[in-house]
Amino acid sequence: MTYLAKPRLHHPSLAANELGFTRRDYEGSVSTLCAGCGHDSISAAIIQACYDLNLPPHRLAKLSGIGCSSKTPDYFLGASHGFNTVHGRMPSVLTGANLANRELIYLGVSGDGDSASIGLGQFAHAIRRGVNMTYIVENNGVYGLTKGQFSATSDKGSKSKRGVENHDSAIDLVSLALQLGATFVARSFSGDKAQLAPLIRAALAHKGAAFIDCVSPCVQFNNHAGSTKSYDYVREHNEAVNRLDLISSRAPIHVDYEPGTTTTVTQHDGSVLALHKLAEHYDPTDRIAAMTYLAQRQALGEVVTGLLYVDPEADDLHNSLDTVTAPLNSLGSKELIPGSAMLAKINADLR
Amino acid sequence: MSEPLKLNNDFVVKFANVNGSGSASANAMFAKSVLRMGVPVAARNIFPSNIQGLPTWYEVRITGDGHLGRRGGVDLMVAMNPQTWDRDIAEIEPGGYLFYDSTKVLPESRFRKDITVVGVPLTRICNEVYSVPRERQLFKNIIYVGALAALLGIEIEVIETLLAEQFAGKDRLIKANVAALHMGRDYVRNYLAPLGLQVHRADAVGDRIYVEGNSAAALGAVYGGATVCAWYPITPSTSVVEAFMDYCEEFRTEDETGKARYAIVQAEDEIASIGIVIGAGWNGARAFTATSGPGVSLMTEFIGLSYFAEIPAVIMDVQRGGPSTGMPTRTQQADLIGAAYAGHGDTKHPMLLPQDPGECFEMGALAFDLSDRLQTTIFVMLDLDIGMNEWLTEPFKWDDTRSLDRGKVMTYEDLESGVDFGRYKDVDGDGIPYRTYPGVHPSKGAYFTRGTSRNPYARYSEEGHVYVDNMQRLLRKFETAKSLIPAPVPRKSAMATRTGVIYFGSTTPAMHEALEILESKGHHLDGLRVRGFPFSDEVYDFIAAHDRVFVVEQNRDAQLRTLIMNEGDVDPAKLPPILHYDGTPITARFIAAEIGARLGASAPRSPVTEAAE
Repeated sequence: MTYLAKPRLHHPSLAANELGFTRRDYEGSVSTLCAGCGHDSISAAIIQACYDLNLPPHRLAKLSGIGCSSKTPDYFLGASHGFNTVHGRMPSVLTGANLANRELIYLGVSGDGDSASIGLGQFAHAIRRGVNMTYIVENNGVYGLTKGQFSATSDKGSKSKRGVENHDSAIDLVSLALQLGATFVARSFSGDKAQLAPLIRAALAHKGAAFIDCVSPCVQFNNHAGSTKSYDYVREHNEAVNRLDLISSRAPIHVDYEPGTTTTVTQHDGSVLALHKLAEHYDPTDRIAAMTYLAQRQALGEVVTGLLYVDPEADDLHNSLDTVTAPLNSLGSKELIPGSAMLAKINADLR
Repeated sequence: MSEPLKLNNDFVVKFANVNGSGSASANAMFAKSVLRMGVPVAARNIFPSNIQGLPTWYEVRITGDGHLGRRGGVDLMVAMNPQTWDRDIAEIEPGGYLFYDSTKVLPESRFRKDITVVGVPLTRICNEVYSVPRERQLFKNIIYVGALAALLGIEIEVIETLLAEQFAGKDRLIKANVAALHMGRDYVRNYLAPLGLQVHRADAVGDRIYVEGNSAAALGAVYGGATVCAWYPITPSTSVVEAFMDYCEEFRTEDETGKARYAIVQAEDEIASIGIVIGAGWNGARAFTATSGPGVSLMTEFIGLSYFAEIPAVIMDVQRGGPSTGMPTRTQQADLIGAAYAGHGDTKHPMLLPQDPGECFEMGALAFDLSDRLQTTIFVMLDLDIGMNEWLTEPFKWDDTRSLDRGKVMTYEDLESGVDFGRYKDVDGDGIPYRTYPGVHPSKGAYFTRGTSRNPYARYSEEGHVYVDNMQRLLRKFETAKSLIPAPVPRKSAMATRTGVIYFGSTTPAMHEALEILESKGHHLDGLRVRGFPFSDEVYDFIAAHDRVFVVEQNRDAQLRTLIMNEGDVDPAKLPPILHYDGTPITARFIAAEIGARLGASAPRSPVTEAAE
């Protein structure tokens, strides 16, 4: 039950990060999702990523739409402000929040119904505007909270728990995000924390629209044979292109240098992405190649995971709008009201 | 044959043009030249939803007495559109005047016997002087302005000054326009005589300004401290945001860096627009959107969320005829109910009802203080008539001691001092809780925002009594709103009366003129101009103090009347509705006739059907 707060006491041996926070400080209320839900693993990865990044929890704002996925922000980062908004409309609310205060880190959590169906438009437009955010879709290919309807990411030909076949083409949000100009695009699997947590860390450090499609099997309604979003299907068809380490700008770079298997990408803020390549040929800074590769693997029925594309020089909406460096919500009467003398001039011009 | 009208500083000129012919700026200059002679004008564009080709009208009321509403009727028709000729001719008052392009000879049957016909061969003059088709079209407009100036006694130097201001720095254009102006004037001097309608220099304008309500509301948003604006283009609200952009560029650019102290986003639709506004409001920036009825209906889910989650937002609704494929360029006051109760579940939202651009500025600024103070959506209800027409209005005023009222916000210091923070707790008994901005404190003040299903400390709860308590608190907050909304403005009759009339918004000037007309016929009514929703006790006291109270508004379903009855205990029979909803601005003659008829006396003549209808 979410209204049951977790006890504050914790084991004294819990390690603190550089800011003195333990993992516990990044947790939220107890999850009300079904036991074994992939979404809880994603929450755990978010907690891990924020802890590893030494992020002051209150400097992050978490926003979501409606659905199982959108309930999860209550289950992590209890010291952060959160906003459970409107179905499919988290991207616009996050955009507005971001415009009001550019200094916070924005995490948008959504689902496949929330982002690929009702919210496809807002998903697309927030990404093409380059809102500085991390946008995670917890993708289970099914409407869980209303008990098992197909979503727009359900694969054509896949079967529902009731045995009904889906005749509609699936929307691949990763391909869309690439096409729309997202400057950080990744896919992962809720069951692969080793891959997911570093991806979330890198996305949070990225300046610009960072999108992570996280396949997250629904244990109740979409984990059966015939589903392409089940644990078994994803494990069997996962094609990981790389494993990622994020190294903050201050830390010395120690990566496992095995010639030909690791590349590094330095982001705008100085952070370094170290990519342990599993697929030799894969270059994550080539958008066109990424799109081609995705399409090829998709045709083979494979789920490509890893960091698929990053533009290390990306910028964001504030840059496009050329807003002041101070957060807009910090500006006061002095900066905002032109005053009566100016009004007298305006009046004179209107006579 | 009626006697030709003889009217000084008190007549109506209507221009019938073809949309996209460049007439709009010439007509506006005509109106402004009268203003510059110290005579008040009320000018209204009556235009189609079209860029080029359809009929459009521009009505200029020259009103030495300062009646800024529409009077009804036309004394001089400037008939420049063959498409609408017959209807335009029919609309002229008996004894009135027709001005037309006499290049092509028309049979006598196309005219009326009871009017004075004034022909100027505009096309012939143009064709003799200009060879480029676009020049012929544009200068034709200036030529008729010159001719009208000579016919109506408008000082030609005043128009020359206006041309010099309009084309400042472009001497060649000024010269060419002045030459065209003189062509029209000289033709009249040589071949025609001044009309019985004359403009005489006066001093009746004072220091008033001449401005569109949309632009005034945008300036209000600047003074009200708005920093985030998200919008989707929709007539007739688009110019609110366009004006906001211009004002922001001028007044909100950081000197040292040239960077913007504002963020304006043209969103993909109205839903995203209001979403951005709600997100910014949640995060402590003042934000607004401008839209019209169809936009409000798209925003409804978010407006409901703003009510329950208590997030400040401002919506400027420039009302028009509905629906989406309706009459986007025609004025109405038909969004009142839709805005007041937008949302699902039990919701209601404060509205401000400006009467003119002056109040668009005031209320445009006030809305942001109210939205922060009440932590909810505030509607500023303009309409096309106020929004897209230039109105003569009192100069904008600002008190420099005034600062932004950010409402009940707990700061880092408040939280640090150990004050108990419950996001939805009614600490002060006024129904308004305290809020925190995201990121304010490392360990205190954070909460998870939801519509309902949470207790006063914003923790998850689906308990029935918790829900009810919250809904009751929201009602207390709405009660508090009554004391913050601008009070209604009474207009006492000269004689004690048991009859009253309630009205609001752009109806006001026509209403006041109608009250004078009615008074001259022995009908005395007390007036009450409502300026906002929820209604304060003064509205219900006014109704209680009268036997019968007319409610005058520009919609079919008597929406203000409905709100009054719904929010207070009033016998519907006591509130006869007076309704005008053909898409043109209501006229003084219409109101006087309708109320006069109900008061059972000889009513002024009923209005002529307009060409625009």
